[in-house]
Amino acid sequence: MGWLRKEAPALLLLAALGLAPFAGFGEGYILTLLARAMILAMAAVSLSFIVGGAGLVSLGHAAMLGFGAYAVVILDDLQVVDAMVVLPVAMLAAAGFALVTGAIAIRTSGVHFIMITLAFGQMAFFTASSLSGYGGDDGYTLYARSEVNGTRILSDRLVFHFVCLGALTASWLLCHMLLASRFGRVLRAVRGNPMRAQALGFSPYPYRLTAYVIAGAIGGAAGFLFANATEFVAPAYISWQRSGELLFMVILGGLSGLHGALIGALGFVLLEEWLAHQWEHWRMIFGVLLILAVLFLPHGLAGLPAQLGRMLRRG
Amino acid sequence: MAEAVLALRSLRKRFGALTVTDDVSLDVAPGEIHAIIGPNGAGKTTLINEISGVLPIDSGRILFAGRDVTGLPLHRRARLGLARSFQITSIIPAFSALENTALAVQAGDGTSFRFFRPAATERRLNTAAMAALDQVGLAHRAATPAGAMSHGEKRQLELAIALATQPRLLLLDEPLAGAGPEETERLVGLLRGLRGRYTIVLVEHDMQAVFAMADRISVLVYGRLIATGTPDRIRENPEVRAAYLGEDDIPLMASC
Repeated sequence: MGWLRKEAPALLLLAALGLAPFAGFGEGYILTLLARAMILAMAAVSLSFIVGGAGLVSLGHAAMLGFGAYAVVILDDLQVVDAMVVLPVAMLAAAGFALVTGAIAIRTSGVHFIMITLAFGQMAFFTASSLSGYGGDDGYTLYARSEVNGTRILSDRLVFHFVCLGALTASWLLCHMLLASRFGRVLRAVRGNPMRAQALGFSPYPYRLTAYVIAGAIGGAAGFLFANATEFVAPAYISWQRSGELLFMVILGGLSGLHGALIGALGFVLLEEWLAHQWEHWRMIFGVLLILAVLFLPHGLAGLPAQLGRMLRRG
Repeated sequence: MAEAVLALRSLRKRFGALTVTDDVSLDVAPGEIHAIIGPNGAGKTTLINEISGVLPIDSGRILFAGRDVTGLPLHRRARLGLARSFQITSIIPAFSALENTALAVQAGDGTSFRFFRPAATERRLNTAAMAALDQVGLAHRAATPAGAMSHGEKRQLELAIALATQPRLLLLDEPLAGAGPEETERLVGLLRGLRGRYTIVLVEHDMQAVFAMADRISVLVYGRLIATGTPDRIRENPEVRAAYLGEDDIPLMASC
């Protein structure tokens, strides 16, 4: 199982997240932060699946979160609050959006693909802003978290922590399995050399679109969790800045494997939080750190140990 | 002659004022190695691109395995059994030699919309891939990332990829391009070993190699086919000699 060794950092991180509540990180404030980090990591893993796996650099992935989150809002307004209904609807809504927009966007490539996903993402953002029945720009406060079989079990911080961890682990495993399958092999081949893949008889389009829809569905599930984590949903959650942040997490972590997205997302959220407590003008330092990371970490945070090893050997 | 595997009927293609394919008709018989030669700019790679479906033609018809494939794109023609290699080596650098070849096997083995089982553990794919690698003498390099291979090995790998699709027709665009003398010798030996079992159309600059391995040769000059025949007939053809006049590297006069 070579992939397990390669993804060892991800396993370590997931294990650490599982132990965190019992190792002195069980305070409400920290659990809230960790839940946010895990949910964004889940979205980042799904984005890494299409960026690193299929070469589809999307700058509109926050819209998938948005569809998931707004599905929770709209169903809440209709007094449908059972997670067994809300979660599938959230995933289907995001997958449907991915199918419709992906069907158009995937006909383009490179910068055009980035721009068209950005445009679709902004369409979703402005649509959310105009939903005056759901608070428009001001957002919508949920009555409570989704119920599971009539219980409010998700309101328990510790349970919610493990629900987020479970969802993140499942997303990571799913994307892994997909990339290793025949389907994923074609995706990776198309990314590595589209002409070769076509000369072998593979039309890239259906493979890429399927991957895009799957990533959308995972994004929708992350949106469902996000809405439940904050019990509040606003268009600002799905602005293009959020899409940019997600893409940044993926690149910061490194594209050599899905664990990069995990490391990138957790690193990004925790660093942001820590800096914000140090200095009120923290964004300046945050920006500089991110630029330095891109300049000096060609393989991202995930590639840092190997990079340091090489530097040490060279003296 | 048995029914042609590939038949070109009056292909024409213009890029602006330049006619790059000018009324080309050609039949390729099963099991033959058919070389297309011609001076630089004769439109050889263009013709390969038209046959494989990378470039659309302006008029004419392309029949492959008895079917009109004129309107079909590259990936559809590939699925009918038309395998091609590229002038500039076209492999997937991040894949191992085995995975490159297994992908080619996978292309001919039912649907690739399979999401659960790791493809690397599919014995059927790996066995066929190893057989193709063995045919080109690369079995011992199966686990090597393709991007880390030498140029000659990459050309061998490309051949293995083509063979792994069990093609009805192999379309090779300068299979010897950039290979050193020893690599060339090995590749020519490989290709000769395939004669009779595969139908091969190849474009190649190395005349010595072409005359050594081709069953028939077609000569393309400014987009027109001026002659088709056995190596001996081509060597003696006055029109061909005239076309190559002044090009010293063409051993048309020598009997090699």
